[in-house]
Amino acid sequence: MDLIYTMTTSAAATDVITLADRASAAVDTNIWLSILYMVLALVSIGALTAVLGIVLIYAERKIAGHFQCRLGPMRVGPHGILQTVADTLKLLLKEDVVPASADKAMHFAAPLMSLMATVLVLGVIPYSPILQVTDVNIGILYVTAVSGLGVMGILLGGWSSNNKWSLVGGMRAAAQMISYEISATLSVLVMVLFASTLSLNGIVQSQESGWWIWRAHGTGLVAFVIFIIASTAEINRTPFDIPEGESELTGGFHTEYSGLRFAFFFLSEFINMFAASAIAATLFLGGWMPFYIEGFETFNKITSLLPPTLWFLGKTAFLIFIFMWFRWTFPRLRVDQLMRLEWKILLPIGFINLIAAAVIVLTKFYFFPV
Amino acid sequence: MTAIVRTLDEILIAPAHPGRGATQEYFLNMGPQHPIAHGSLRVILLLDGETIRKVIPVPGYVHRGIEKMCEHLNYRQIIHLTDRMDYLSALMNNWAVARTVEKAAGIEINDRIESIRTIMAELQRIQSHALWWGVLGMDLGAFTAFLYSFRDREIIGEIFEETIGARLTMNYIQPGGVMYDITPDFTAKVKKVLAYMKRMVEEYDTLLSGNVILQERLRGVGILSEKRAVSLGCTGPVLRAAGLAYDLRKVEPYGAYEKAQFDVVVGTTGDCWDRYYVRIEEMRQSIRIIEQLIDDIPAGPTMVTKFNTKIKLPVGRYYNHVETARGVLGVFIYSDGGDKPYRLHFRSPSFNNMWAITKIAPGWRIADMIAIQSSLDLVIPDIDR
Repeated sequence: MDLIYTMTTSAAATDVITLADRASAAVDTNIWLSILYMVLALVSIGALTAVLGIVLIYAERKIAGHFQCRLGPMRVGPHGILQTVADTLKLLLKEDVVPASADKAMHFAAPLMSLMATVLVLGVIPYSPILQVTDVNIGILYVTAVSGLGVMGILLGGWSSNNKWSLVGGMRAAAQMISYEISATLSVLVMVLFASTLSLNGIVQSQESGWWIWRAHGTGLVAFVIFIIASTAEINRTPFDIPEGESELTGGFHTEYSGLRFAFFFLSEFINMFAASAIAATLFLGGWMPFYIEGFETFNKITSLLPPTLWFLGKTAFLIFIFMWFRWTFPRLRVDQLMRLEWKILLPIGFINLIAAAVIVLTKFYFFPV
Repeated sequence: MTAIVRTLDEILIAPAHPGRGATQEYFLNMGPQHPIAHGSLRVILLLDGETIRKVIPVPGYVHRGIEKMCEHLNYRQIIHLTDRMDYLSALMNNWAVARTVEKAAGIEINDRIESIRTIMAELQRIQSHALWWGVLGMDLGAFTAFLYSFRDREIIGEIFEETIGARLTMNYIQPGGVMYDITPDFTAKVKKVLAYMKRMVEEYDTLLSGNVILQERLRGVGILSEKRAVSLGCTGPVLRAAGLAYDLRKVEPYGAYEKAQFDVVVGTTGDCWDRYYVRIEEMRQSIRIIEQLIDDIPAGPTMVTKFNTKIKLPVGRYYNHVETARGVLGVFIYSDGGDKPYRLHFRSPSFNNMWAITKIAPGWRIADMIAIQSSLDLVIPDIDR
């Protein structure tokens, strides 16, 4: 009952109840209810991972198809909607080949590490005021830290395969992802300055009277663009897919992976894309917050008719589409050009942007009320 | 006496370890199975990190002994083997053998045959360059370009299919004429395709040429100077991009090229970008050539010799060549007076162009190797034969 109530009156409801909150609240009165909430959280994250994998891969193939004057998958199920299921089954049944000279333990651990890093991010993303596993008070810091682990998986995978192509791919990945993490973090910091909180839900709630992308006096827009570019590089997608570089490195770090382990790398790439889009939507586009204009009460009522989850998913889907658009339009950059873009262009702009934002926040030099 | 020819094992001596803390150079096998090989070309790279120090191409993985097989086939049968060399310019390969045989046997070709041959060859040049454009896009990571080029390739393929009956291995141009006459609606269809391709070449330009990433990847990369290109025997767009206006269609006109006005597109620096743009521009020039010829194809028979007769060449050595989409394809025939060549040699453009990578790739990175190899437009069965 409580759940439905919050869903329908979400416009007014800014008090957030996460699954972790519910579990800890119920722990004294009803231990089983508490356990139920915890299991619910686990199952929902697991289910989300699986559903995201299937939906995003299907979406990518369909979008790629229509970009390339063709239809994409059409055979398995109506309009090929079961294609990903069939592909997943194929990957599950495939022989799992491990190179004879590979470092077996690391070769086994690498895809798991890569997937774990991405799944951990899903736990703190606020999907709606009531749909969140836990709202840690250092939310965005946690996201940056955990997603940084993903590079370990890719580096390990490249190293342990004992293949020169994989090694080159892994090394490229390490150099690229660590570099671009700096820019991503710098643009995240701008939003933290304005929202004056690290909690993801706090950041969403601070955008009640307008999204940060245009409310942060220009610095928000710059930070958004930098964040999108940096996260494209962090999730290894074209034009920054040089660690994989299928026409250069024949698959890069996952050259020697097959079957389920390859599926893990593949899945983590897509979950990563979702996570990056979700974080960008949360920070810059108001997360689950509907589109509000201060003073226009009727308009605000209409926009809040749409449930917050749909607002969140819509924004995220839009950003995912942009990532896919990049992929099917751009050629690939070269390693040194990639590094030049980060260290000589994005990083200085990011720093100047951060300083500008800090000056605006500190001096309260606002052109319009924040 | 020391051996001048070194074996591969002698070349591939593992670099000595330079000691603690320093980096070591290493060998990397690029191919025979590699997406950039476009077939089976093995390229051994000596790398320092990602920087290329040395490039050793090892052709021979698609060697089918076409030249040897030719010694056991008569001159009409040889034609269908040439389709299998540079499969993207099969008609021009046919033409090269046909011209050599015609020159040796003294067969006079009428204007109709020359016109049809020229139109077909230029259509194929457009098709070949369009496919190359897509493959270059794919090699550099823009997969969408590849499917766009295949879409357009099909449309030209349909014209070939209607007239010739085949799309890839066409076996059309024979000594003494062409296999089949053109269909009545050939002119109208070709005109339609030309109008379409004109728009598409513009689309190629807007889709890929203007892209800043593509320009970054191609401009100034892999510079092949004119002098070096000549010394390596590079021909075709690779040579013209280096700045030398050497095009057999202009230098010693054959077919109906004399009747058509067209420009020889020349690059300025010889980098990958010049090789890219020379081909884009050549597509426009080919469209121009066909447009001038398509309206007045002269009347006459399409085969001047009797069809089923064996052609016997007088004793002697004969050489003739044509400009294919990749460069000069020369055919050398040593005849002992019979209906089969005693020895036949192809001077294939891809073979000479391939060696350019050994000179221009060192110093660049692995990713540049992709751009360089792709911009040379190598067709591996043409290298190995």
